[in-house]
Amino acid sequence: MITLNVLIAVCLTYVAFLFAVAFVAERSALRGRVRWLKAPMVYTLSLSIYCTAWTFYGAVGSAARSGFEYLTIYLGPSLVMVGWWWVLRKLVRIGRSQRITSVADLISSRYGKSNLLAICVTVLAVVGTTPYIALQLQSVTLSFEVFAQPGVLSPEEGARSYTALWVAFGLATFTVIFGTRNLDANERHHGVVMAIAVEAVVKLAALMAVGIFVVWGLSGGAAQTLARIDASELGQWRMDGGRWAGLTLLSAAAFLCLPRMFQVLIVESDDEGHLRTASWAFPLYLMLMSLFVVPIAVVGLDLMPSGSNPDLFVLTVPLAMGQEGLAVLSFLGGFSSATSMVIVAAIALSTMVSNHIVMPIWLRFTGGGASVSGDVRHVVLLSRRLSIAGVVALGYVYYSLSGGGTALATIGLVSFVGLAQVLPAMLGGIFWRGATRTGAMGGLITGFAIWLYTLFLPSIGTGALPEAVMSQGPFGLGWLQPQALFGITGLDPLMHALLWSMALNVTVFVGLSLTSFPSPLERLQGAQFVNIFDHSGGPRSWAGGVAQTEDLMIMAQRILGAREAQALFEREARRQGARGTLPDPNPGFLETLEKELSGSVGAATAHAMVGQIVGGTSVSVEDLMAVADESAQLMEYSARLEAQSDELSRTARQVREANLKLTRLSVQKDAFLTQISHELRTPMTSIRAFSEILRDSPGLTAAEQSRYASIIHDEAIRLTRLLDDLLDLSVLENGQVNLNLRQGLLGQVLDRAAAAANDGGLTLRIRRDPRAEEIMLITDLDRLSQVFINLIANARKYCDATSPELTIEVREDAELLVIDFIDNGTGVGIEARDMIFEKFARVSDRQAGGAGLGLAISRQIMTRLGGEIAYLPGHAGAAFRVTLPRKLAMAAQ
Amino acid sequence: MPKQVLVIEDEPNIIEAISFILSRDGWTVRTHSNGVTAVDTVLMRKPDVVILDVMLPGKSGYDILRELREMPETSALPILMLTARGQAKDRELAERAGVSHFMTKPFSNAEVLDAVRALVPPVGGAT
Repeated sequence: MITLNVLIAVCLTYVAFLFAVAFVAERSALRGRVRWLKAPMVYTLSLSIYCTAWTFYGAVGSAARSGFEYLTIYLGPSLVMVGWWWVLRKLVRIGRSQRITSVADLISSRYGKSNLLAICVTVLAVVGTTPYIALQLQSVTLSFEVFAQPGVLSPEEGARSYTALWVAFGLATFTVIFGTRNLDANERHHGVVMAIAVEAVVKLAALMAVGIFVVWGLSGGAAQTLARIDASELGQWRMDGGRWAGLTLLSAAAFLCLPRMFQVLIVESDDEGHLRTASWAFPLYLMLMSLFVVPIAVVGLDLMPSGSNPDLFVLTVPLAMGQEGLAVLSFLGGFSSATSMVIVAAIALSTMVSNHIVMPIWLRFTGGGASVSGDVRHVVLLSRRLSIAGVVALGYVYYSLSGGGTALATIGLVSFVGLAQVLPAMLGGIFWRGATRTGAMGGLITGFAIWLYTLFLPSIGTGALPEAVMSQGPFGLGWLQPQALFGITGLDPLMHALLWSMALNVTVFVGLSLTSFPSPLERLQGAQFVNIFDHSGGPRSWAGGVAQTEDLMIMAQRILGAREAQALFEREARRQGARGTLPDPNPGFLETLEKELSGSVGAATAHAMVGQIVGGTSVSVEDLMAVADESAQLMEYSARLEAQSDELSRTARQVREANLKLTRLSVQKDAFLTQISHELRTPMTSIRAFSEILRDSPGLTAAEQSRYASIIHDEAIRLTRLLDDLLDLSVLENGQVNLNLRQGLLGQVLDRAAAAANDGGLTLRIRRDPRAEEIMLITDLDRLSQVFINLIANARKYCDATSPELTIEVREDAELLVIDFIDNGTGVGIEARDMIFEKFARVSDRQAGGAGLGLAISRQIMTRLGGEIAYLPGHAGAAFRVTLPRKLAMAAQ
Repeated sequence: MPKQVLVIEDEPNIIEAISFILSRDGWTVRTHSNGVTAVDTVLMRKPDVVILDVMLPGKSGYDILRELREMPETSALPILMLTARGQAKDRELAERAGVSHFMTKPFSNAEVLDAVRALVPPVGGAT
């Protein structure tokens, strides 16, 4: 009987052995003796991390439940290795030339180094892989329990959790030690790869040993075993074609997209040539792994008591038969499967988390103090280690939360569907230049969201989604039921999720790619990825040189402008003495070009762009951060410039307005002077003409002499009045007027005004209501009288009725006094009403005595008196309304 | 037969002064004070010389001058323009419109008389 302590000792010994293997491999790699490390067989064996504990234990369980369906999980990768080796070759080539470090890095690099996209893929990978890590912890824990308490299948939760915690801790430690020993730009881990290659051998050997024992030890040979299989119900279960095809496709997609598979397939790959070996050796490995699955399942179902967990037959069958040594070997096989998966997955995920999430944030917060390289190495290592611990811890948390009850195979397939969402963006990216970042992002998010909703959340079990949502859809919308989208029922949940997520993912990816435009960097990257074999071909270096120069030219034209770029290239070509206009892309030229470009786009961007085209160099996180910084600065500059430009145009507008105002004023002043000149010259003309007549005409009669003298007299008075008006208006306009406030009756003011205005003969009849005019006022009575005189005189001068008549109506309310002057003439035309209050404005049809200053002065006076004068529309004749306060407060002046 | 002068002016006192000066010199003086009907009056009266004010009610003296110059029967009619707007640009405007002589107000009586005589030689003067 093997005790738990013995088992733990065996485990520790095995782990120590793995440490030793990894350590030796690492040392050899450091000393440069890497030839044996780079053997194609090591590469092939490292691919076996595809076979995790899920495969090791779960395949038998799956076979026991669903017959031959488990084969699809092996079929997919085999088909990829055999039929799609050219896809793999392209991926490996791109991975090497672009120094791709993870699946997130591949996607982000292809789509213009978009860190946002990298974060998306990283999150997807972490979410998709966490259950898978939990699964490994669960299998190791379960296998421990088999030895610890044989026959007891459900020990208390605490102890189980405790074991899982120790396993998680041990795995994290191992991964940290060998996954982050040094920081290789290529993210290659020779020690780890060697260790997982050894584990691959151990798990294959263990599974085959159990299989051989079952077939030849228990069943009595191959023929008997086959008979037994035929007899069991496993052999009779019919296959479901659609589900088989779906699962095969799914496992093929997962084989390419799983972070750990990408790590060993692409990142750790040293040599494209290894693919040739792997393309036949790996399917062979998978075939051997699957060879004894069905026999073990059939024998297990026969021998073990009903209700036994078929996932553990590999372990429990030998144990039940008393084969303890075999059981321990089998345990080690399962242990190897679990640990190798967790280690590689943790390395792959930590690279993504650290490069795409932790480092950008750290660089952002430390203000890009990344110039001291020692510092950065230290920080990167620390962030890697923390990420590894974090990833494993997440797996542990998921394990303890989910309780580890679900069948192993189910969790694995859920993960597969999630990670398969990367496939469209990946394949589209390397085969289709039209694929864009927007498309990739849209497709990924769409697929991821559908996967979460239709598969991941329901798979966690009750609680993640309410029962009502599961059965009736959210908000009672039946067509949104998680497992019957758009009313399509009858598919099993996995196929349903796979179908919808992939279909919509691809649709959105293609749709958005066709309708969006890639950035220049994205276009460059797209060309590099899609045409990887043209760019990195070995012997065509000279032709490649010209192609590069042309690419550089195209890029330089975009940034510098066509003429400048051509001039630069021609100048450089002349300097090199090259024939034609294209210089050789030698270091001197590249440096010059980079300097020219950095003037326009910033040094980091220029370096990145030239590096992209010349090839070989990839862009580091720090480069990217520097680019982002430059862009931010440019944006800030541009925002500031924009603000300044706004201010300038505002100022310009103000200046323009002020200028317009000045011009208008100047025009007004000219018009005013012209008017004054005219108004002064007219009476002066009469005065001069008649005074000359009086002087030069001796024979004038006395009547003539008297008449001419009185004309001179009248015109002199007119001249004086004009000057008085001008001065008056000027004083009123400048607000320098002193008001002489007195108390008086409105009626008396009107009497005086009527007398003064009508003194030239009573041609105008005035209708008044003396009782309404008995209103006591406090205001400047003389000024008010001046306004009344003006209005009455205007009526006298301009009223064109046969018997001119002016009606003066007075109304008062609490404060205000309203006096209307309405005559019975034809009034003032609408077009003239706005201008009659302007200086010198005369409605010029008729002979007018005044200079046209009367209403302008009246308006100024009424403003001073706290009231107003306005033309009153709605009357046949000319009508003016004077409004003023009854008591003008002294304080107003 | 005395020569006829038509005075188109809206200031009554100025009309009276010019009428007095020219009548005493032997001219037949007709007067008119509305801008709108001025052209018709010229065509009807057929004066030998016209004295034209600029600021007239209804129509500006410049417009009247231009209209008269466009018509064959008055295109060569001697026209003396009198204006209270004495700026250089007013003179230019008048000359471009085809004025025969341009004077600013206030004027000396002798100058007006000389100008009119220069435009239309009196009966028996040159002959």
